[in-house]
Amino acid sequence: MSELVWIFVSALLVNNFVLSYFLGLCSFFGVSGKLETAFRLGLANTFVMLITAVAAWALNTFVLVHAPYLRLISFIVVIASTVQFVEMVIKKLSPALFQALGIYLPLIATNCAILALAIFATNRGYGLLEGLVFALGAGGGGTLALVLMASLREEAELADIPSLMKGTALNLIIAGILSLAFMGFAGLFSQA
Amino acid sequence: MTASALQELHKGIWKENPVFVQVLGMCPMLAVTNSVINAIAMSLATFFVLVGSSFLVSLCKDLIPHQVRISCYIIIIATFVTVADFTLQALLPAVHKELGAFIALIVVNCIILGRQEAFASKQPVGLAVADAVGTACGFTLALVCLGSIREILGNGSLFGIGLFGPHFEPWVVMILPPGGFITLGLLLLFFNWLQETRRQRRATAQPSADEGVTAG
Repeated sequence: MSELVWIFVSALLVNNFVLSYFLGLCSFFGVSGKLETAFRLGLANTFVMLITAVAAWALNTFVLVHAPYLRLISFIVVIASTVQFVEMVIKKLSPALFQALGIYLPLIATNCAILALAIFATNRGYGLLEGLVFALGAGGGGTLALVLMASLREEAELADIPSLMKGTALNLIIAGILSLAFMGFAGLFSQA
Repeated sequence: MTASALQELHKGIWKENPVFVQVLGMCPMLAVTNSVINAIAMSLATFFVLVGSSFLVSLCKDLIPHQVRISCYIIIIATFVTVADFTLQALLPAVHKELGAFIALIVVNCIILGRQEAFASKQPVGLAVADAVGTACGFTLALVCLGSIREILGNGSLFGIGLFGPHFEPWVVMILPPGGFITLGLLLLFFNWLQETRRQRRATAQPSADEGVTAG
Protein backbone atom coordinates (compact mmCIF):
# COMPACT_ATOMS: atom_id res chain seq x y z
CA MET A 1 0.00 0.00 0.00
CA SER A 2 2.69 2.47 1.00
CA GLU A 3 4.42 1.57 -2.25
CA LEU A 4 1.36 2.78 -4.19
CA VAL A 5 1.16 6.01 -2.18
CA TRP A 6 4.83 6.62 -2.86
CA ILE A 7 4.38 6.11 -6.62
CA PHE A 8 1.43 8.52 -6.60
CA VAL A 9 3.03 11.34 -4.62
CA SER A 10 6.33 10.94 -6.42
CA ALA A 11 4.68 11.37 -9.84
CA LEU A 12 2.43 14.17 -8.55
CA LEU A 13 4.98 16.37 -6.79
CA VAL A 14 8.55 15.20 -6.40
CA ASN A 15 9.15 14.06 -9.96
CA ASN A 16 6.52 16.23 -11.58
CA PHE A 17 6.39 15.29 -15.27
CA VAL A 18 6.31 18.85 -16.54
CA LEU A 19 8.53 20.70 -14.10
CA SER A 20 11.26 18.19 -13.38
CA TYR A 21 11.22 15.80 -16.36
CA PHE A 22 10.42 18.45 -19.01
CA LEU A 23 7.65 16.37 -20.54
CA GLY A 24 4.66 17.77 -22.38
CA LEU A 25 6.12 21.26 -22.67
CA CYS A 26 4.48 22.09 -26.01
CA SER A 27 0.95 22.00 -24.63
CA PHE A 28 2.21 23.35 -21.29
CA PHE A 29 3.27 26.59 -22.97
CA GLY A 30 0.60 26.46 -25.68
CA VAL A 31 -2.59 26.06 -23.64
CA SER A 32 -1.66 27.75 -20.36
CA GLY A 33 -2.97 31.14 -21.46
CA LYS A 34 -6.40 30.61 -19.89
CA LEU A 35 -7.09 28.88 -16.59
CA GLU A 36 -10.32 27.19 -17.69
CA THR A 37 -8.89 25.58 -20.84
CA ALA A 38 -5.70 24.61 -19.06
CA PHE A 39 -7.63 22.70 -16.41
CA ARG A 40 -9.71 20.84 -18.99
CA LEU A 41 -6.69 19.91 -21.08
CA GLY A 42 -5.11 18.56 -17.91
CA LEU A 43 -8.15 16.35 -17.34
CA ALA A 44 -8.17 15.10 -20.96
CA ASN A 45 -4.44 14.37 -20.62
CA THR A 46 -5.00 12.40 -17.41
CA PHE A 47 -7.75 10.39 -19.05
CA VAL A 48 -5.54 9.45 -22.03
CA MET A 49 -2.75 8.56 -19.59
CA LEU A 50 -5.00 6.17 -17.68
CA ILE A 51 -6.04 4.38 -20.88
CA THR A 52 -2.42 4.30 -22.05
CA ALA A 53 -1.29 2.75 -18.77
CA VAL A 54 -3.77 -0.12 -19.21
CA ALA A 55 -2.85 -0.52 -22.88
CA ALA A 56 0.88 -0.49 -22.16
CA TRP A 57 0.45 -3.12 -19.46
CA ALA A 58 -1.64 -5.33 -21.76
CA LEU A 59 0.83 -4.97 -24.64
CA ASN A 60 3.81 -5.74 -22.41
CA THR A 61 2.17 -8.76 -20.81
CA PHE A 62 0.45 -10.41 -23.73
CA VAL A 63 1.87 -9.16 -27.02
CA LEU A 64 5.41 -7.90 -26.75
CA VAL A 65 6.93 -10.75 -24.77
CA HIS A 66 8.54 -12.18 -27.87
CA ALA A 67 9.15 -8.97 -29.80
CA PRO A 68 10.45 -6.22 -27.49
CA TYR A 69 11.92 -4.30 -30.45
CA LEU A 70 8.38 -3.49 -31.59
CA ARG A 71 7.59 -1.74 -28.30
CA LEU A 72 8.04 1.85 -29.40
CA ILE A 73 6.06 1.43 -32.62
CA SER A 74 3.16 -0.39 -31.00
CA PHE A 75 2.98 2.12 -28.12
CA ILE A 76 2.77 5.06 -30.44
CA VAL A 77 0.10 3.40 -32.58
CA VAL A 78 -2.00 2.57 -29.51
CA ILE A 79 -1.65 6.12 -28.16
CA ALA A 80 -2.61 7.67 -31.49
CA SER A 81 -5.73 5.54 -31.73
CA THR A 82 -6.68 6.23 -28.08
CA VAL A 83 -6.44 9.95 -28.72
CA GLN A 84 -8.58 9.59 -31.82
CA PHE A 85 -11.15 7.72 -29.72
CA VAL A 86 -11.14 10.32 -26.92
CA GLU A 87 -11.53 13.03 -29.52
CA MET A 88 -14.67 11.35 -30.90
CA VAL A 89 -16.12 10.85 -27.41
CA ILE A 90 -15.53 14.46 -26.35
CA LYS A 91 -16.95 15.75 -29.63
CA LYS A 92 -20.11 13.71 -29.04
CA LEU A 93 -20.54 14.45 -25.32
CA SER A 94 -19.35 18.03 -25.01
CA PRO A 95 -18.98 20.01 -28.25
CA ALA A 96 -18.13 23.14 -26.24
CA LEU A 97 -15.10 21.51 -24.64
CA PHE A 98 -14.11 20.15 -28.04
CA GLN A 99 -14.13 23.72 -29.41
CA ALA A 100 -12.14 25.07 -26.47
CA LEU A 101 -9.33 22.53 -26.73
CA GLY A 102 -9.02 22.97 -30.50
CA ILE A 103 -5.79 21.74 -32.06
CA TYR A 104 -4.31 20.65 -28.73
CA LEU A 105 -6.69 17.72 -28.44
CA PRO A 106 -5.29 15.74 -31.42
CA LEU A 107 -1.83 16.93 -30.38
CA ILE A 108 -2.10 14.93 -27.16
CA ALA A 109 -0.98 12.07 -29.43
CA THR A 110 2.43 13.69 -29.82
CA ASN A 111 2.56 14.84 -26.21
CA CYS A 112 5.76 13.30 -24.93
CA ALA A 113 4.30 12.89 -21.44
CA ILE A 114 1.97 10.14 -22.65
CA LEU A 115 4.64 8.09 -24.40
CA ALA A 116 7.04 8.69 -21.51
CA LEU A 117 4.44 7.35 -19.09
CA ALA A 118 4.24 4.09 -21.04
CA ILE A 119 8.03 3.81 -21.29
CA PHE A 120 8.70 4.63 -17.62
CA ALA A 121 6.04 2.17 -16.49
CA THR A 122 7.68 -0.51 -18.65
CA ASN A 123 11.22 0.26 -17.51
CA ARG A 124 10.25 0.22 -13.84
CA GLY A 125 8.30 -3.02 -14.25
CA TYR A 126 4.99 -1.68 -12.95
CA GLY A 127 1.98 -4.01 -12.87
CA LEU A 128 -1.57 -2.98 -13.78
CA LEU A 129 -2.50 -1.36 -10.46
CA GLU A 130 0.85 0.38 -10.07
CA GLY A 131 0.61 1.62 -13.66
CA LEU A 132 -2.85 3.09 -13.05
CA VAL A 133 -1.73 4.85 -9.87
CA PHE A 134 1.35 6.15 -11.67
CA ALA A 135 -0.85 7.48 -14.51
CA LEU A 136 -3.18 9.17 -12.03
CA GLY A 137 -0.25 10.83 -10.25
CA ALA A 138 1.46 11.93 -13.46
CA GLY A 139 -1.81 13.24 -14.91
CA GLY A 140 -2.66 15.04 -11.69
CA GLY A 141 0.84 16.53 -11.55
CA GLY A 142 0.53 17.71 -15.15
CA THR A 143 -2.85 19.30 -14.40
CA LEU A 144 -1.44 20.97 -11.28
CA ALA A 145 1.47 22.43 -13.26
CA LEU A 146 -0.86 23.62 -16.04
CA VAL A 147 -3.25 25.29 -13.57
CA LEU A 148 -0.43 27.01 -11.64
CA MET A 149 1.18 28.22 -14.85
CA ALA A 150 -2.12 29.49 -16.26
CA SER A 151 -2.89 31.41 -13.07
CA LEU A 152 0.56 33.02 -13.07
CA ARG A 153 0.26 33.94 -16.73
CA GLU A 154 -3.15 35.53 -16.20
CA GLU A 155 -1.54 37.68 -13.51
CA ALA A 156 1.44 38.49 -15.73
CA GLU A 157 -0.94 39.76 -18.44
CA LEU A 158 -1.80 42.67 -16.14
CA ALA A 159 1.77 43.51 -15.19
CA ASP A 160 3.99 46.04 -16.93
CA ILE A 161 6.61 43.92 -18.68
CA PRO A 162 9.33 45.13 -21.07
CA SER A 163 8.26 44.27 -24.62
CA LEU A 164 11.42 42.22 -25.27
CA MET A 165 10.54 39.95 -22.39
CA LYS A 166 6.97 39.18 -23.46
CA GLY A 167 6.02 35.75 -24.83
CA THR A 168 8.06 32.61 -24.60
CA ALA A 169 11.07 34.11 -22.81
CA LEU A 170 8.91 35.22 -19.89
CA ASN A 171 6.97 31.94 -19.82
CA LEU A 172 10.22 29.97 -19.64
CA ILE A 173 11.48 32.02 -16.73
CA ILE A 174 8.15 31.67 -14.88
CA ALA A 175 8.38 27.91 -15.47
CA GLY A 176 11.94 27.97 -14.13
CA ILE A 177 10.81 29.61 -10.90
CA LEU A 178 7.88 27.17 -10.56
CA SER A 179 10.29 24.31 -11.09
CA LEU A 180 12.56 25.76 -8.42
CA ALA A 181 9.60 25.78 -6.05
CA PHE A 182 8.77 22.16 -6.86
CA MET A 183 12.35 21.16 -6.06
CA GLY A 184 11.40 21.85 -2.46
CA PHE A 185 9.34 18.66 -2.52
CA ALA A 186 12.48 16.60 -3.13
CA GLY A 187 13.03 16.19 0.60
CA LEU A 188 9.52 14.83 1.13
CA PHE A 189 10.63 11.22 0.86
CA SER A 190 13.87 9.63 1.84
CA GLN A 191 13.60 7.02 -0.95
CA ALA A 192 10.98 4.82 0.74
CA MET B 1 19.61 23.07 -57.49
CA THR B 2 22.77 23.19 -55.41
CA ALA B 3 22.16 26.84 -54.63
CA SER B 4 18.66 26.16 -53.32
CA ALA B 5 19.90 23.14 -51.38
CA LEU B 6 22.50 25.36 -49.72
CA GLN B 7 19.76 27.87 -48.99
CA GLU B 8 17.65 25.22 -47.24
CA LEU B 9 20.71 24.20 -45.23
CA HIS B 10 21.42 27.76 -44.13
CA LYS B 11 17.75 28.45 -43.35
CA GLY B 12 17.56 25.54 -40.91
CA ILE B 13 20.74 26.50 -39.08
CA TRP B 14 20.16 30.20 -38.59
CA LYS B 15 17.11 32.01 -39.97
CA GLU B 16 14.58 29.37 -38.95
CA ASN B 17 16.54 27.74 -36.15
CA PRO B 18 14.12 25.14 -34.77
CA VAL B 19 14.89 25.98 -31.15
CA PHE B 20 15.69 29.68 -30.92
CA VAL B 21 13.30 30.95 -33.57
CA GLN B 22 10.51 28.39 -33.83
CA VAL B 23 10.71 27.24 -30.18
CA LEU B 24 10.03 23.58 -31.01
CA GLY B 25 11.35 20.39 -29.50
CA MET B 26 11.82 21.81 -26.04
CA CYS B 27 11.21 18.60 -24.11
CA PRO B 28 14.31 16.62 -25.16
CA MET B 29 16.35 19.77 -25.30
CA LEU B 30 15.91 20.88 -21.71
CA ALA B 31 16.08 17.38 -20.33
CA VAL B 32 19.42 16.28 -21.76
CA THR B 33 21.45 19.48 -21.78
CA ASN B 34 22.93 19.16 -18.30
CA SER B 35 26.26 18.28 -19.90
CA VAL B 36 27.85 18.76 -23.32
CA ILE B 37 28.43 15.04 -23.89
CA ASN B 38 24.74 14.27 -23.38
CA ALA B 39 23.77 17.17 -25.62
CA ILE B 40 26.02 15.88 -28.41
CA ALA B 41 24.76 12.28 -28.13
CA MET B 42 21.19 13.52 -28.27
CA SER B 43 21.90 15.72 -31.31
CA LEU B 44 23.57 12.85 -33.15
CA ALA B 45 20.59 10.58 -32.55
CA THR B 46 18.17 13.31 -33.64
CA PHE B 47 20.33 14.04 -36.70
CA PHE B 48 20.16 10.41 -37.78
CA VAL B 49 16.41 10.13 -37.23
CA LEU B 50 15.58 13.44 -38.91
CA VAL B 51 17.71 12.89 -42.01
CA GLY B 52 16.66 9.24 -42.35
CA SER B 53 12.96 9.90 -42.04
CA SER B 54 13.04 12.97 -44.30
CA PHE B 55 14.76 10.86 -46.95
CA LEU B 56 12.24 8.03 -46.67
CA VAL B 57 9.16 10.27 -46.46
CA SER B 58 10.27 12.25 -49.49
CA LEU B 59 10.95 8.99 -51.36
CA CYS B 60 7.53 7.53 -50.51
CA LYS B 61 5.49 10.72 -50.76
CA ASP B 62 3.50 9.48 -53.78
CA LEU B 63 2.73 6.13 -52.16
CA ILE B 64 1.29 7.49 -48.90
CA PRO B 65 -2.46 8.31 -48.99
CA HIS B 66 -3.20 11.82 -47.76
CA GLN B 67 -5.69 10.77 -45.04
CA VAL B 68 -3.30 8.51 -43.13
CA ARG B 69 -0.09 10.44 -43.76
CA ILE B 70 0.55 11.44 -40.14
CA SER B 71 0.33 7.85 -38.93
CA CYS B 72 2.67 6.74 -41.72
CA TYR B 73 5.20 9.46 -40.82
CA ILE B 74 5.08 8.47 -37.16
CA ILE B 75 5.68 4.81 -37.97
CA ILE B 76 8.64 5.72 -40.22
CA ILE B 77 10.06 7.96 -37.48
CA ALA B 78 9.50 5.31 -34.79
CA THR B 79 11.41 2.78 -36.91
CA PHE B 80 14.44 5.05 -37.18
CA VAL B 81 14.27 5.87 -33.47
CA THR B 82 14.25 2.16 -32.60
CA VAL B 83 17.39 1.71 -34.72
CA ALA B 84 19.08 4.71 -33.05
CA ASP B 85 18.06 3.49 -29.60
CA PHE B 86 19.50 0.00 -30.04
CA THR B 87 22.66 1.30 -31.75
CA LEU B 88 23.40 3.69 -28.91
CA GLN B 89 22.71 1.00 -26.35
CA ALA B 90 25.23 -1.28 -28.05
CA LEU B 91 27.96 1.31 -28.68
CA LEU B 92 27.76 3.70 -25.72
CA PRO B 93 25.87 1.99 -22.89
CA ALA B 94 26.90 4.64 -20.33
CA VAL B 95 25.52 7.54 -22.36
CA HIS B 96 22.40 5.53 -23.19
CA LYS B 97 21.75 4.98 -19.53
CA GLU B 98 22.14 8.67 -18.76
CA LEU B 99 19.80 9.78 -21.52
CA GLY B 100 17.29 7.18 -20.38
CA ALA B 101 13.89 7.29 -22.01
CA PHE B 102 14.68 10.49 -23.89
CA ILE B 103 16.14 8.67 -26.90
CA ALA B 104 12.84 6.80 -27.32
CA LEU B 105 11.02 10.10 -26.90
CA ILE B 106 12.61 11.45 -30.11
CA VAL B 107 9.53 9.87 -31.74
CA VAL B 108 7.34 12.63 -30.37
CA ASN B 109 9.82 15.47 -30.97
CA CYS B 110 7.69 18.02 -32.82
CA ILE B 111 10.67 19.23 -34.90
CA ILE B 112 10.87 15.92 -36.75
CA LEU B 113 7.17 15.48 -37.49
CA GLY B 114 6.99 19.17 -38.33
CA ARG B 115 9.70 18.89 -41.03
CA GLN B 116 7.99 15.84 -42.56
CA GLU B 117 4.60 17.54 -42.73
CA ALA B 118 5.84 20.97 -43.79
CA PHE B 119 8.68 20.08 -46.12
CA ALA B 120 9.72 16.49 -46.88
CA SER B 121 6.22 15.41 -47.97
CA LYS B 122 6.17 18.02 -50.74
CA GLN B 123 9.77 18.27 -51.97
CA PRO B 124 12.19 16.12 -53.99
CA VAL B 125 14.62 13.86 -52.10
CA GLY B 126 17.69 16.10 -52.46
CA LEU B 127 16.03 19.21 -51.05
CA ALA B 128 14.32 17.23 -48.28
CA VAL B 129 17.65 15.83 -47.11
CA ALA B 130 19.29 19.29 -47.29
CA ASP B 131 16.45 20.74 -45.22
CA ALA B 132 16.73 17.91 -42.69
CA VAL B 133 20.51 18.36 -42.39
CA GLY B 134 20.06 22.11 -41.89
CA THR B 135 17.38 21.71 -39.24
CA ALA B 136 19.37 19.01 -37.46
CA CYS B 137 22.45 21.26 -37.44
CA GLY B 138 20.38 24.10 -36.03
CA PHE B 139 19.12 21.78 -33.30
CA THR B 140 22.69 20.61 -32.59
CA LEU B 141 23.89 24.21 -32.35
CA ALA B 142 21.17 25.06 -29.83
CA LEU B 143 21.77 21.92 -27.76
CA VAL B 144 25.54 22.35 -27.60
CA CYS B 145 25.10 26.03 -26.74
CA LEU B 146 22.69 25.28 -23.89
CA GLY B 147 24.67 22.24 -22.74
CA SER B 148 27.95 24.18 -22.54
CA ILE B 149 26.43 27.08 -20.59
CA ARG B 150 24.77 24.74 -18.11
CA GLU B 151 27.81 22.50 -17.67
CA ILE B 152 30.26 25.41 -17.27
CA LEU B 153 28.12 27.21 -14.70
CA GLY B 154 26.63 24.23 -12.93
CA ASN B 155 29.62 21.93 -12.79
CA GLY B 156 32.58 24.18 -13.57
CA SER B 157 33.64 21.89 -16.40
CA LEU B 158 33.38 21.34 -20.14
CA PHE B 159 33.36 17.83 -21.67
CA GLY B 160 33.93 16.63 -18.11
CA ILE B 161 37.26 18.50 -17.78
CA GLY B 162 37.45 20.95 -14.87
CA LEU B 163 37.93 24.57 -15.95
CA PHE B 164 38.22 26.75 -12.90
CA GLY B 165 40.37 24.87 -10.41
CA PRO B 166 39.44 23.72 -6.91
CA HIS B 167 38.17 27.05 -5.56
CA PHE B 168 35.23 27.24 -7.94
CA GLU B 169 31.89 26.87 -6.18
CA PRO B 170 29.57 25.18 -8.74
CA TRP B 171 26.23 26.82 -9.36
CA VAL B 172 24.40 23.54 -8.93
CA VAL B 173 20.94 24.79 -9.82
CA MET B 174 22.06 25.26 -13.44
CA ILE B 175 22.30 21.50 -14.04
CA LEU B 176 19.01 20.91 -12.26
CA PRO B 177 15.65 21.39 -14.05
CA PRO B 178 15.08 25.09 -13.10
CA GLY B 179 18.44 26.01 -14.64
CA GLY B 180 17.29 24.56 -17.95
CA PHE B 181 14.15 26.67 -18.08
CA ILE B 182 15.90 29.84 -16.99
CA THR B 183 18.92 29.46 -19.30
CA LEU B 184 16.68 28.88 -22.32
CA GLY B 185 14.51 31.83 -21.29
CA LEU B 186 17.53 34.13 -21.13
CA LEU B 187 18.90 32.82 -24.45
CA LEU B 188 15.54 33.54 -26.11
CA LEU B 189 15.61 37.01 -24.57
CA PHE B 190 19.07 37.52 -26.08
CA PHE B 191 17.82 36.42 -29.53
CA ASN B 192 14.79 38.75 -29.25
CA TRP B 193 17.17 41.58 -28.41
CA LEU B 194 19.41 40.77 -31.40
CA GLN B 195 16.43 40.78 -33.75
CA GLU B 196 15.03 43.96 -32.24
CA THR B 197 18.28 45.93 -32.57
CA ARG B 198 18.70 44.68 -36.15
CA ARG B 199 15.16 45.79 -36.97
CA GLN B 200 15.73 49.20 -35.40
CA ARG B 201 18.97 49.66 -37.30
CA ARG B 202 17.15 48.84 -40.54
CA ALA B 203 14.33 51.23 -39.59
CA THR B 204 16.78 54.07 -39.00
CA ALA B 205 18.65 53.24 -42.22
CA GLN B 206 15.43 53.29 -44.26
CA PRO B 207 14.31 56.96 -43.84
CA SER B 208 17.76 58.33 -44.59
CA ALA B 209 17.78 56.35 -47.84
CA ASP B 210 14.37 57.82 -48.70
CA GLU B 211 15.66 61.29 -47.99
CA GLY B 212 18.55 60.61 -50.33
CA VAL B 213 16.06 59.75 -53.09
CA THR B 214 13.94 62.85 -52.57
CA ALA B 215 17.01 65.04 -52.32
CA GLY B 216 18.39 63.53 -55.52
